[in-house]
Amino acid sequence: MSLLAVEDLRVQFVTDDGVVHAVDGISYAVETGTTLGIVGESGSGKTVSSLTTMGLTRGGSTRISGTIQFEGRDLLQASDEELRSIRGNDIAMIFQDPLSSLHPFYKVGTQLVETMLAHRDLSKAAARDRAVELLQLVGIPDPQRRVDQYPHEFSGGMRQRAMIAMALANEPKLLIADEPTTALDVTVQAQILALMQDLQNRLGMAVIIITHDLGVVAEIADEIAVMYAGRIVEHGSTNQIFSAPQHPYTWGLLKSIPRLDVGRSDELVPISGRPPSLINRPSGCFFHPRCPYVRDRHRRVDPRLEPVDGDRGHEVACLLSAAVRGKIWDGLRSGRDAESLRGLAETEQAAAGSVPKAGT
Amino acid sequence: MTKYIIRRLLWVIVLLLVVSFVTYLIFYLFPSADPAALRAGKNPALIPQIRKAYGLDKPFYEQYWIYLKNLVLHFDLGTSYTNNVSVKSEIFQRLPATISLAIGGAIIWLVMGIAIGTISAVRRHSIFDRLAMGGALVAISAPVFWLGLVCLFLFASDVGKLKIFPGSGSYVPLSQDPAKWFTSLIMPWFVLAASFAAIYARLLRANLIEVMSEDYIRTARAKGLSERRVVIRHGLRAAITPIVTAAGIDIGILLGGAILTETAFNIPGIGRLAYDSIQNADLPTVQGTVLIGAVFILLANLLVDVLYAFIDPRVRYT
Repeated sequence: MSLLAVEDLRVQFVTDDGVVHAVDGISYAVETGTTLGIVGESGSGKTVSSLTTMGLTRGGSTRISGTIQFEGRDLLQASDEELRSIRGNDIAMIFQDPLSSLHPFYKVGTQLVETMLAHRDLSKAAARDRAVELLQLVGIPDPQRRVDQYPHEFSGGMRQRAMIAMALANEPKLLIADEPTTALDVTVQAQILALMQDLQNRLGMAVIIITHDLGVVAEIADEIAVMYAGRIVEHGSTNQIFSAPQHPYTWGLLKSIPRLDVGRSDELVPISGRPPSLINRPSGCFFHPRCPYVRDRHRRVDPRLEPVDGDRGHEVACLLSAAVRGKIWDGLRSGRDAESLRGLAETEQAAAGSVPKAGT
Repeated sequence: MTKYIIRRLLWVIVLLLVVSFVTYLIFYLFPSADPAALRAGKNPALIPQIRKAYGLDKPFYEQYWIYLKNLVLHFDLGTSYTNNVSVKSEIFQRLPATISLAIGGAIIWLVMGIAIGTISAVRRHSIFDRLAMGGALVAISAPVFWLGLVCLFLFASDVGKLKIFPGSGSYVPLSQDPAKWFTSLIMPWFVLAASFAAIYARLLRANLIEVMSEDYIRTARAKGLSERRVVIRHGLRAAITPIVTAAGIDIGILLGGAILTETAFNIPGIGRLAYDSIQNADLPTVQGTVLIGAVFILLANLLVDVLYAFIDPRVRYT
């Protein structure tokens, strides 16, 4: 049994403009001691799915369906009080902007102590001692003094360390990190990632890391789910995603990571267009308006997440055939641009079109 | 911090000088009556004599200088033109009534404003919220003198329909009879507090709604705190700052006299004194009430700024 198993999760927000399909039938599982990276642009539903796990999207205008099994319990069926006792205790979360995520009027130590006292029967003094320990654990120098300081007296990296300390206060089984490094300097980013990895190894918890940056998950994730417009469009081990990516969107993400090892000749290629509206979603494949390899059929048929032939555990939702995808990725990898590879998809169109004729 | 407070106190003195000068100037330039004639009463023959005795024949700046000298050296605010008593003793005698009214009213409006504002924000668009905000609009729009008269008409034990509370002019000092003091102030307190409670409820509601969408509220929920604790310890704590500011200044203003409420209920406070002295063109008393009002407002402002540093740890004065 997985620690966390999400099955066909759908989250919709009813607004005045229409129904927002924020998360649209996603499934994934996380095992103890492993790290899942959920990657996608803003608005792809990655944050909403995690907040839903925590029970933080519940409300009058939200419709949620599917199951979220945590240690065999369905969190979607749990009462508010049950969820409250799980939040910050068994499942903890850290957020993107550590300054706005810490309360400006309370000392860092007070906020740590509060987290512990919400779930444990500790004396204030014991909780404070543990707060100092936790600050030490996350690498904050001089924790005895720091514990009595306010968030605004911390630097950005220190604040995120304090957030991590707060998340770890009750030794959670699952840590959800939502863009934990996005608001930080590059050098600090690497430190925070190293810290998270180190803590995971020492504490043996499961980690879900949510990011728009494949470079971040490359470092620490065991498994990656790529999300687009509320769905998972590609899912596999980190190795599979980086060595044989299958989805044109994943290719786009990969080609837009700056790399120091390839040299400047390898241009960064942005993904053209904007993420689609989640109220009026595109027909067919949601990615088709931005896909360089789009064919007529892709505008009508909605692809399902299916296993990739000959690559166990790797799934993709793409209407291009595996052979064509392989050729296009080979071309992209050798430095050709999408424009010149478009023909590969066209040959497939011709081939597909000829099939019914051959049948008659 | 100490340096900051000393600097601010020096400014208070400068501002008080400006206020006293401007009040003096207004009365000198646009006198509503001849002070000497007021004092002479039914004996106009005394006017030239009075003018000389009180220095009213001297030039404006000299009169002001004498006033200031007396004020600074002897803390003497002069003598009333109309009833020949020292303005200082008159003000100090009336201060307890005004303080009773202002502080009691403030307690009521703070409790009501904060409670209603919080519930309205948490249960946004509920029936409670709609009724409370509708009621707040009425309370803000109703003029105090009108509300005061309506209450007297309905509840006053002498002229009212229901005869529940003591009516106009029933004020008794606290030192004389605490029970009567309390009952006589119930209606004035609520009348005074009505519009403030409404303003505070709306202000807090708007603030709290904004605060509840902050990231640190999401963090508080993610920590597994109870919703009650999230709202009170995290939301209200951050949303209350403008309320503290407003309360400090409003109480400061009212300590200088709640003119309308004191007049409607005939409470012998500073506000009533100011009202009467303006009616009688009694410059020393007007000057005295204006100055005491200015002192309260300026000190309240200073207190609020100092308090701010305690409420919000990010604020530091140098």
